[in-house]
Amino acid sequence: MTALAARALRKSYGATEVVSGIDLAVAPGECFGLLGPNGAGKTTTLKLCLGLIEPDGGEIELLGEPVPRRAREARARVGVVPQFDNLDPDFTVEENLLVYGRYFGLPKDEIQQRIAALLEFAGLAGRGDAKITTLSGGMKRRLTLARALVNDPQLVFMDEPTTGLDPQARHLIWERLRRLTQEGKTLVLTTHFMEEAERLCHRLAIMDRGRIIAQGSPRALIAEHIEPQVLEVHGPGYESWMERAKSLAPRVERVGDTVYCYGEDVEPLLKTISSDLGYLHRPASLEDVFLKLTGRDLRD
Amino acid sequence: MRWFSVWRRNMLVWHKLIAAAMLSNLADPLIMLFGLGYGLGALLPSVEGMSYIAFFAAGQLCTATMFTASFESMFSAFARMHGQKTWDAILYAPLTIDDIVAGEIAWAASKAWLTGSTILGVAVVFGLASSPWVLLALPAAFLVGLAFSAVGLIMCVLARGWDFFSFYMTLVMTPMMMISGVFFPAEQLPAPLLAVAKALPLYHGVQIVRPLVAGGPPPEFWLHVGVLLAYAAAGYALAIHFARKRFSS
Repeated sequence: MTALAARALRKSYGATEVVSGIDLAVAPGECFGLLGPNGAGKTTTLKLCLGLIEPDGGEIELLGEPVPRRAREARARVGVVPQFDNLDPDFTVEENLLVYGRYFGLPKDEIQQRIAALLEFAGLAGRGDAKITTLSGGMKRRLTLARALVNDPQLVFMDEPTTGLDPQARHLIWERLRRLTQEGKTLVLTTHFMEEAERLCHRLAIMDRGRIIAQGSPRALIAEHIEPQVLEVHGPGYESWMERAKSLAPRVERVGDTVYCYGEDVEPLLKTISSDLGYLHRPASLEDVFLKLTGRDLRD
Repeated sequence: MRWFSVWRRNMLVWHKLIAAAMLSNLADPLIMLFGLGYGLGALLPSVEGMSYIAFFAAGQLCTATMFTASFESMFSAFARMHGQKTWDAILYAPLTIDDIVAGEIAWAASKAWLTGSTILGVAVVFGLASSPWVLLALPAAFLVGLAFSAVGLIMCVLARGWDFFSFYMTLVMTPMMMISGVFFPAEQLPAPLLAVAKALPLYHGVQIVRPLVAGGPPPEFWLHVGVLLAYAAAGYALAIHFARKRFSS
């Protein structure tokens, strides 16, 4: 059984096809990442999977329920952390959890029993009476995560869970998400932080212009699509150096005034770098895969 | 009954801000009632066999109910939908946009009912109404609230910004208040204007409530109830239609 499956999923807005026939399969207990530049169709895909919008074609099954036909039943066992916080500013921290639990038809006693554990999880113990406006960005994000857990969901959707957070807040969220995976919850997250995807996701799909262009574990994607080592070189005279590098590395590309060399072994290249050139020698990362597959053009 | 959790959410906010909420919904209409009622009433012997303030109390009950319902279903609901994105958050739960529309309309009608029934209570305390018939004005006030909440919510889900509501308020609500028999008997209006008034919900609310305040059964009672119910039902259906459209993209 899959926790989430989508087949040949399509969605257009006017003449623009935002999702162009994608297939997804997320196993129970898996942390699955949906990566892509802005406008790739990630958020639309999440909305389709939740049954918030109707697909133009294709099939979706969420926790065994056909979506959108039985989306309501599926959503009862799902949590959502949206891209932009929409906590209820009229309420305190605790009231937010209480009111949200009621939307799931949960009795007050049951919600109140869970609130202490949820606040603990969100690192907000003792802040139950705080107003939403007094919380920092990281606290709001954690409370939104706690809110998504109020119905003890089997699967949690997260749309860019750490965008806009400082490193401390981001690491805390990552730690919590790993805890959720250990508890056996299925996570589906979108992100454009490659580091986040590399750390958290068991498997991921890279999306661009409404299509999935690569799918697999972070390591497998790196191994499949990119050479293991990267050398970045910049500084005066980089252009003439690049001409020499081309004969020594299998793949060389120039972006602005930086030269990127990819290869199994770039050691021989290191010896050719003169002292006035700056360089960085590093292992290939998911970001290199992402940029190779989706290109370096700006997306707005 | 899933819509009830939406109603309850709004109720909880209202409960937290009860002092300000009561003041803004009740002080204005009551000041108007006594100011105009006694002020103008001193100049007028009686209107349709009632003291002017009793005559005006019935109109003011309906007008204040209309305003509370409209403000709640337009400005407050729009703030929740557009500014706070509260509706978006609710939609992740097992609720649909239809549930939210129903909950918002029911809530605005409830709040409006409280305004109407408080004015009624004040009218009774001041001896402006004394017959048991007046109790029927309580469900009538809810019906007026329901009709205007449903129409207001159409405006809410159609609005792209706050300015949109000014058109409805200035071009629809204010003229409606003037021709619906709130301040003077609508029957003295020129025939075309009276015909317009009869097509609008406020007139029918006043036609129900005024005889009840005077102490008797309202003539053509079911016609007036029917028009108000029709506005509520059509408003509800249209609000759902436009809300689905807005939230499907």
